[in-house]
Amino acid sequence: MSAFFTLLKRDLRLALRDGGALGTALGFYLIVVSLLPLGLGPDLNLLSRIAPGILWIALLLAALLSLSRMFETDYEDGSLEAIAAGPLPLELMAGAKALAHALTTGVPLVVITPVLALMLNLDLKAYPVLIASMGLGIPAISFLGSIGAALTLKTRRGGLLLALLVLPLYVPTLIFGISAVNAALSGPQGASSSFLILSAVSLVSLVVGPLAAAAALRIQMQ
Amino acid sequence: MVQPLKLILENVSVARGTRTIIADLSLTVAAGEAVLLTGPNGAGKTTLIRALAGLLAPSAGRISVDGGGEEDLAQQCHYVGHLNGLKASLTVAENLQFWADYLPGHPSAGSVGRVHNALARLNIDALADIPTAYLSAGQKRRAGLARVLMAQRPLWLLDEPTGSLDAASADIVCQLVDAHTANGGMAVIATHLPLAIKAPRTLQLGAKIAAEAA
Repeated sequence: MSAFFTLLKRDLRLALRDGGALGTALGFYLIVVSLLPLGLGPDLNLLSRIAPGILWIALLLAALLSLSRMFETDYEDGSLEAIAAGPLPLELMAGAKALAHALTTGVPLVVITPVLALMLNLDLKAYPVLIASMGLGIPAISFLGSIGAALTLKTRRGGLLLALLVLPLYVPTLIFGISAVNAALSGPQGASSSFLILSAVSLVSLVVGPLAAAAALRIQMQ
Repeated sequence: MVQPLKLILENVSVARGTRTIIADLSLTVAAGEAVLLTGPNGAGKTTLIRALAGLLAPSAGRISVDGGGEEDLAQQCHYVGHLNGLKASLTVAENLQFWADYLPGHPSAGSVGRVHNALARLNIDALADIPTAYLSAGQKRRAGLARVLMAQRPLWLLDEPTGSLDAASADIVCQLVDAHTANGGMAVIATHLPLAIKAPRTLQLGAKIAAEAA
């Protein structure tokens, strides 16, 4: 288990020191969300109605941007093979990398969401539910994403292929993330069933993601 | 002291796609032996090394380590390929520290001690605090090779270890290999440069390719 945390610590340190992936994701999120009111016009009712959907979709796309680098950087400099020859099963290795992605991309994106929600005039009641639903969805985004990142490891310019593979897997997370927010706006108890399903999707992806990613990596590293 | 081991290849064939690169190769490497793989470009030196590292499955035959623990092949060897496995934004010491912590360690020395020791042995201790992005090719190579000293493993698989090294550094690497084999370790080294290793066995690969080309 200490090897797992050693690897996680290294990936977190690399993400902090390089900073490029996080900056790109945050910048993309900020720009997409701030362009929207310009495109749609200053209709505050319309903006606040579509705000949860816009924020969720922009978050997914922003997280997708840095996904392709999850295994690629280590593959390019040869460390992936040496890590694979270490004590950690490939499944746990993929899990550590997905967790590092969640912590360095997903969490910062969720943290700046309230600021962006202001620009879209989101109903104040919806803030806690929106943040909670994104927090619950983040593991699904990173762990399901790790499957796509592993499958496109050796594909040059694999970004589009990655999006085609991964975005369909995000559909349940997106649907229940937004329905949690909408339910919270319509009644006091409405969000809990969506939260349960959202958590279930994330829990399943915590298991399925590393297993599938490790299987893909085994093929890719041949 | 590494426990006495033997690396056994029985009628091994390795294919890349539909092309068979290594055909029907049998080889035994005993403890304390160093084998140099030579041969022209494209002879299959890297392919064989990668198969030994467990990164390529042989299409026929069997590769096994006799007398080892329960770990599979990949965990009994250090594979240093053409790439050094260094992170450009980390310093040399940080890179090595990661491997020292990550790979199951040496029981006697602490991981910090191992890093200092390896830096000194490869004569790169002056570079310890410099990000590897700023190193020359030869310095990167030495930092990459230092990984083999971070955990004790019986089999070293080195692919062109001295490719970008000057003569003095190449000698240092040869001394490391000698010390490893003297300690009961095994080494399989692909090279096209003469290496000053004590009593190496040489395996010439791709004689057939060379003959066809002639």
